[in-house]
Amino acid sequence: MGVVVRGGAWRFATPRKSVTDSEGSRGDAVVKRADFFNEMFEQGAVRWPYKGLQGWMGEMPDEFRSLKQAEAEELFRRIGITFAVYGEGGDPERLMPFDMFPRVFAQDEWRRLERGVIQRAKALNAFLADVYARGEIVRAGLVPRDLVYRNEAYEAAVVGFTPPRGVFSHIVGVDLVRTGPDEFFVLEDNCRTPSGVSYMLENREIMMRLFPGLFRENRIAPVDGYSEELRRTLASVAPRKCERDPKIVILTPGAYNSAYYEHSFLANLMGVELVEGQDLFVEGEFVWMRTTEGPRRVDVIYRRIDDAFIDPLCFRPDSMLGVPGLMDVYRSGGVTLASAPGAGVADDKAIYCFVPDMVRFYLGEEPILQNVPTWQCARADDLKYVLENLGELVVKEVHGSGGYGMLVGPKSTREQVENFRKRIEENPGNYIAQPTLALSTCPTFVGEGVAPRHVDLRPYCLVGDRVTLVPGGLTRVAMTEGSLVVNSSQGGGVKDTWVLSE
Amino acid sequence: MLSRTAANLYWLARYMERAETAARLLEVGERMSLIPSTGGSGYRNEWVPLLQANGSHEGFLAKYRDPVQRNVESFMFFDRDNPGSVAACVAAARENARIVRTALTSQVSDALNTAYQELMTLERTERSDLPLTRLTEWTLRCCALVRGAIDATQLRNDGYDFLNIGYSIERADNSARLMDVKYFVLLPRVDFVGSGLDNYQWTTLLRALSAHRAFHWAYGGEVTAAKIAHFLILNRQSPRSLLTSVQAVNDHLDSLARAYGTPTRAQTEARALLAGLAELTIDEVFDEGLHEFLTRFIGEVSALGAAVYDVYLSGDMR
Amino acid sequence: MILTIAHETVYRYDLPMRGVVQTHRLTPAKCESQSALSWDVTVTANEGARVVPGGGFRDGAGDWVQGCTIIGPATEVVVSVTGQVETRDMAGVLRGHRERIPPEAYLRPTPATVSDVAIHELAQTARAGLDAPLEHAHALARAVQAAVVYTAGVTEAHTTAAETLALGEGVCQDHAHVLIAAARCLDMPARYVSGYLQASEEGSPHEASHAWVEIWVQGLGWVGFDASNGVCTDDRYVRLGSGRDAREAAPIRGIARGPGSEHLDVTVAVELVQQ
Repeated sequence: MGVVVRGGAWRFATPRKSVTDSEGSRGDAVVKRADFFNEMFEQGAVRWPYKGLQGWMGEMPDEFRSLKQAEAEELFRRIGITFAVYGEGGDPERLMPFDMFPRVFAQDEWRRLERGVIQRAKALNAFLADVYARGEIVRAGLVPRDLVYRNEAYEAAVVGFTPPRGVFSHIVGVDLVRTGPDEFFVLEDNCRTPSGVSYMLENREIMMRLFPGLFRENRIAPVDGYSEELRRTLASVAPRKCERDPKIVILTPGAYNSAYYEHSFLANLMGVELVEGQDLFVEGEFVWMRTTEGPRRVDVIYRRIDDAFIDPLCFRPDSMLGVPGLMDVYRSGGVTLASAPGAGVADDKAIYCFVPDMVRFYLGEEPILQNVPTWQCARADDLKYVLENLGELVVKEVHGSGGYGMLVGPKSTREQVENFRKRIEENPGNYIAQPTLALSTCPTFVGEGVAPRHVDLRPYCLVGDRVTLVPGGLTRVAMTEGSLVVNSSQGGGVKDTWVLSE
Repeated sequence: MLSRTAANLYWLARYMERAETAARLLEVGERMSLIPSTGGSGYRNEWVPLLQANGSHEGFLAKYRDPVQRNVESFMFFDRDNPGSVAACVAAARENARIVRTALTSQVSDALNTAYQELMTLERTERSDLPLTRLTEWTLRCCALVRGAIDATQLRNDGYDFLNIGYSIERADNSARLMDVKYFVLLPRVDFVGSGLDNYQWTTLLRALSAHRAFHWAYGGEVTAAKIAHFLILNRQSPRSLLTSVQAVNDHLDSLARAYGTPTRAQTEARALLAGLAELTIDEVFDEGLHEFLTRFIGEVSALGAAVYDVYLSGDMR
Repeated sequence: MILTIAHETVYRYDLPMRGVVQTHRLTPAKCESQSALSWDVTVTANEGARVVPGGGFRDGAGDWVQGCTIIGPATEVVVSVTGQVETRDMAGVLRGHRERIPPEAYLRPTPATVSDVAIHELAQTARAGLDAPLEHAHALARAVQAAVVYTAGVTEAHTTAAETLALGEGVCQDHAHVLIAAARCLDMPARYVSGYLQASEEGSPHEASHAWVEIWVQGLGWVGFDASNGVCTDDRYVRLGSGRDAREAAPIRGIARGPGSEHLDVTVAVELVQQ
C-alpha cells in the first residue's frame, strides 16, 4: 500500500529536532508545504487524548530513552519477533522498527471507528455471501457484473456454497488513514488473511514492560483479549458435520514464510496446533491431522495460505503446500476454512469503490467510514476530470499492486505525467485515480528527539456468531521524515495503539 | 502432538548428538596422528580409518582427495555440504528448533541460537587462528549447553521423550561407530592387538569420549581391550555405553506408550535390542568379532529408528 | 433413446501407495436432455487397502461431486460406473439444469485455454459477416473442426489450445480447448464438458469417453457443440460434468501419495438399448 499525501510544515518539533533526516522524499511520497493533522498538537495545544503523554515525553532524558529503546529491541529479539527477508544477504531475520511513542485514541473517537469498521466488515461479508449465491447487488445494477464475475479473485469453486453462519471473511483488516479530527478514510480492505496482529499484541506487551507507569496513569483499554476472541470466533463457525467442541488449527505455508512468526505466535496464544499442508490429510468426509497418537480430526482451519495453494486437486496442481481433497470436504460441510476461498473478491481495488454502496444495499445504513474519493477512468466524466488534473492526483491500475503501474502526479515530471496520460487514454478502464491525502502525523522518536511522522491504522475485525473489534490495532509509521510509505519493506515501523477507556 | 513437531524435536536432538560425535572423532584423529606407528613407515595416517568409521570416506575423497588434517577439519567441521559436519549439524538442529519454537523453552532456543551465531563467527574467522582443540571444545560446550537446557527446563511431556529418543538413538549409533574406528585403524595389522600401541589407541578413544577418568574409577589397573569394550558396550554407569543408550530409548518409548495408552512396535523392537545387550558378555562380543558385532548393532539401531519413524513420526500410525 | 453405459477406470501402482484421494464427477447431469434410469459408481481396491467414501455435494455448476479416499497400501484402484440413461435430442440446448455460476466466470482463461494470435484470427475470420451469436458459435465450431484434424496420439493431457492449433491435429480434448479459447476471443463464455458418446454408424471419429464444449449464447443459454464431430450435442450424448478446461471437468481427479508411479487403463462402452 503506498500512501500519498500533500506534505507540510511541521507544527511541532522538539527544540533539538534532528536535522539528520533529509527533506528528500523517499519511496513514492509526495511532500509539498501544506497542513497535516497532528494527532498530538493542535494549534500549539496538546489534544486531550495525548495529555497523559506530555509529561512522560518531557521527562525522558536521551540516555534513558536510548536505554529503553535498546531494551525494547532486546525484548523483540528474545521473543523472536522478526520477519524474514530472503535474498538480500545477511541474516534473513529482521526486526520490525518499533517506535515507543504510542498513538492514542480517545474513547469517543474509537467508538466511531469501531462502529464504522464493524459496519464495513458486515457489508463485505454480506457482499461475499451474495455474489456467491444469487448476486442481488449485481442484478440491482449497483456493481458491474464483469467487475465481480470476471474478477481474478472470484472463485467458481465456492459458488452455491453457504459457509457456516454465512461468513466468508472471518478476520477483516481495514486500513485507515486520518486527515483531521473527525476525518478518517478507508484505504483498502483485507478480507483474506490480514497480517500484523502479532505486532499489535507484542507492541502492547513490550510497552507495558518498558513503561508500566504509563499504564497506571492512563486508563488504556487492553488488547490481549484478541487471541481468545479469535479462538471463540473460529469455534463459532464450526462446520455442519461437527457435533463436538471444534478442533481448530492454523495452516501455515511453513517456517520460510515471512509471517511465520505471527502464525506460531497466534497458535501458541490460542493453544491450537500450527500445521503445514503435509500435516493434514483427507480421509472420508473429514480432514485429519497427523499426530504421534494417530489421526486427529480437524474442524476449523484458519489458513494463512493463498486460495491457489490450499488444494492441489481443486486449484493449482503443482502446490506442495496444500491438502488434496480439502475443497470437497469443505463444500460437503466437513471442515470450515477461514477465510473462505474466494473471499478476496471483496477486497479487490475495483470493488473497493462500491463498499459504501454495499453498506447501503445490505445494511440499509449510511456508511460511517468514507472511502478515499476515487475517480474511475472508465466513466467519461471521471476520465475528463482525471486528465485535467493529472498533476495533482494519484493514478493506479485497477489490478496493479505493490506500487507498480502507478502515477503520483505531484511527484512526477511533466514528461512522466504526459506519458501516463497516453496510457490512460489508450485504456481508461484499467485506471482509477485518487486525490493526494494529507495523512495525519503522530509524535515519533527520531534521531535525537521527537518529531511528527505519518501514520496509518489497521484494526482487526472478527466475524463469527458476532462481529467484534478489540480496542486497538496496528499503527504503522513512516520513520523517514516526509515519507508517507509505512510499509515495513520500505523502512516503516510500528507503534503501540492506545484506546483510552474513559 | 503433531507428528512433524515430534520429528523436528527428534532430529534436533540427533543432529546435536551427531555434531558432538564429529568433534570427538576429530579429537581421536588428531591424537592418533600424534603417535608414530610401528610399521616403520613413519607416521601412519590415522585420518582415513576415521573417515571410514564415520561412513564418509567416499564423500571426502570426492571433494578433497588428500586426507591431511586441514582437509579433514574442513570436511568434518566446516563443510555444510557434508551432512555429518559440525556446521551442517548445528545449522540443521537450529533450523528444526526454529520450526518448533513453541515446543521448546526459551533457554533451549537461546542455546541453539547462540550456538548458531557463534558458528557463523567461527566460519568468518581465519583458519590459522583456529586450532583444532578450539573447534572441538567449542562444539562440546555448545552440545552440553543445549542438552543441559533441555534437561533443566523442558517439560517432561511427550516432546521431552522425542528429544531423548533422538539423543539416545544417535548416541547408540555414534558410540558404536567411534569404537569401530579402532577396527579400521588396526585392520591392516592384526598382530598389533594387545601391543602397547593397541592400548594407547584404546586410551585415546576413552579420552575422546571424555571417559578416561571414569574408566579408571570403574575398572582400575591395566587398560585392556576387554575392559574398555565392556565399559563402552555393557557398563550401565557409562553415559555413552551402548547399553545405557538403548536403555534410555526404552525408557522414553515406555513413557510415550504410557502417556498415549498404546504399546507400539517400536517399543517391542527396543526391548528386544535391550534384552540382547543385557544378556551379552564381553567374551561373546569378542567371539563374534568386535567389528562384526558393532556392524550388526548399528544395523539394529537403524531399524529401531525406522520403527520410531513409522509409529510416531510419519503420522501414518492407526 | 436409452443408453447403457459401462465405464471402468483402473489405476495400478508399481509400488504400494500410502493413500489415494480422488474427486469424482461421475454422475449424469440433471437436465431435460437426459435422466438416469439407474446409475451406480463403485470403487474397489486391492486387498489390504480400504476405500472410504468422502463427502458429496452439488457444485455451483450443477454437477454432483463425490469425494473418495483409499487408505493404503494401495496397488490397484478400480472405479466402475454402470447405468442406464434416457436421452432426448434438445438440439444442444442445456435446459432445466440448475446451476449458479454466472456465465461471465467462464471468460477467465486457464493455462490450457489461453488464446494466442492464431486463435484470435481463427475466431475473427469465422465470425466475419455473421450477426447472431448462435451463428457465431456454429461458425467457430466449424472453424475448429476444419483447423484441427482428428488424430489420436499426437497430443498429450497437457497440450494447450494454442499448441493444438499450431499442430493442426488433436483429439476431442484438444478440439474443445481450442473452441473454448476461440469463443472467449469473441467474448462468449465457453466451457469444457465431459461425458459419453454413443458410437455412431457413419464411422466419424469419436471416443466413447468424450468431451465437448458448451458455449453461452445470449437468449438461448448454454448450447453444446462437438467440434470433433461437427455437430451440436443430441441424444447420443450423456453429460457428466463441466469446467473451464479438461482438468476442471475431469470425471476423476486424483492424487496418490507414495513412491510408486501410476498406470491408467480406461474402458468405456456405450450401447443403445432402444431408440
